[in-house]
Amino acid sequence: MSLSIHIGSETCQNETLAIIRRRSLRRDIGMTQPNSPKLKGGDVDPAELARLLVTVGESRNVEAFEALFRFYAPKVRAFMTMKTKDRQAAEELMQETMSSVWIKAAQFDPDRGNASAWIFTIARNIRIDAYRRKRPALDLDDQALMPEEAPQADRELEKAQEAKLLRNALATLPPEQQDVLKMAFFEDKPHSAIAEQMGLPLGTVKSRIRLAFSKLRDALEDRR
Amino acid sequence: MSVRHHISDELLLDYAAGTLSEGWSLAIATHLALCPTCRRQLDAMEGAAGALLDKISVEPVADDESWQRMRARLEGSKAPQPESKPKPRGEHRPAAVIPEPLRSYLGSDVEGLKWRALGRGAYHIRIPTDDPSTQVRLLRIPAGKPVPEHTHSGRELTLVLSGSFRDGESVFARGDIEEADDDLLHTPTASEGEDCICLAVTEAPLRFTSWIVRMIQPILKI
Repeated sequence: MSLSIHIGSETCQNETLAIIRRRSLRRDIGMTQPNSPKLKGGDVDPAELARLLVTVGESRNVEAFEALFRFYAPKVRAFMTMKTKDRQAAEELMQETMSSVWIKAAQFDPDRGNASAWIFTIARNIRIDAYRRKRPALDLDDQALMPEEAPQADRELEKAQEAKLLRNALATLPPEQQDVLKMAFFEDKPHSAIAEQMGLPLGTVKSRIRLAFSKLRDALEDRR
Repeated sequence: MSVRHHISDELLLDYAAGTLSEGWSLAIATHLALCPTCRRQLDAMEGAAGALLDKISVEPVADDESWQRMRARLEGSKAPQPESKPKPRGEHRPAAVIPEPLRSYLGSDVEGLKWRALGRGAYHIRIPTDDPSTQVRLLRIPAGKPVPEHTHSGRELTLVLSGSFRDGESVFARGDIEEADDDLLHTPTASEGEDCICLAVTEAPLRFTSWIVRMIQPILKI
């Protein structure tokens, strides 16, 4: 109880400054108001999201984190709701995810990936833990890891640009391919369950997945 | 020498989405350690998931209450340790034969393994997991010999860790993964010259509750 009063007064003292910073950050990432009905996620610049995440990692900047929270929290909550169907449970899992983002922000490496992909993997892992499943993961620092054959210097600068290409390419996929990807990522269904639910032969779902990723790969290759 | 036999898109998608169970995921993650190409595919898939997350359209709800809860949590959370910074990617000499995460499951690299004889010169080690839907084993097949006990139903993943095996026209060497299902009749045979060590994941055999069925199960080979 005393803790929340303390935080409340602290927020009050810094309110004006915080609002000013928040506004400028929102402008930076293309938002005028949080949760504005017109806000489309696709309009937000991935480079700005990455910059905010790096800022959080480097300096524990609460304003940068709030901007990320206002952008991602509703999306992560919606992501969690698609599996749990329970708003309160989804809220808890979202809080868990965003708190993990705050704690692990320093591990985010903009040369290795984009902010949204990184936050997706955190949300996914929280959901796996919540359902007490196990997912053995790759250790990128393992001595036995087979390194990339050639150092890909050109890739390193452009993870944020890659994110834009993926967004655009996704938008051009036929709806039936987009649906399969959404069901896989959001509804937590393996491709065999997707086939069953859609009443499609397994081969049809497989070929939709292969066509979708071959198009996404082409989009990424064209850039090089 | 690079990997020639990769993971199918649909299986990698299940892994990227987190819907693949532990036994299969162990084979996928270990293949990823040996295959930069599939690591790039995984990155692209997680990138696609991120892009789809961005595109989720949300109802205009006030998030202030959520944010206040989050703030309270931040105050309570410890400052993260500075060593959590990403390490620079240096040269990694393949000093270990068995990569992570499999090495941890086995508790040691190849030289420390306790093999159990399977007959006809072959050995195996059962790898315990919490996944009742799969059976996970490390196999050591003598050079030139076929993989023993090779009947299975449903999906099977075989990942080569050392040596190689031949299946029909194809040769599978270190890092290569073979994805088979029950439609495929196959007889993998270890190549001459070197024993083949591979990780084999199969669907767990059906377990019958009746003791009579259990007794005749080996006879009927079901």
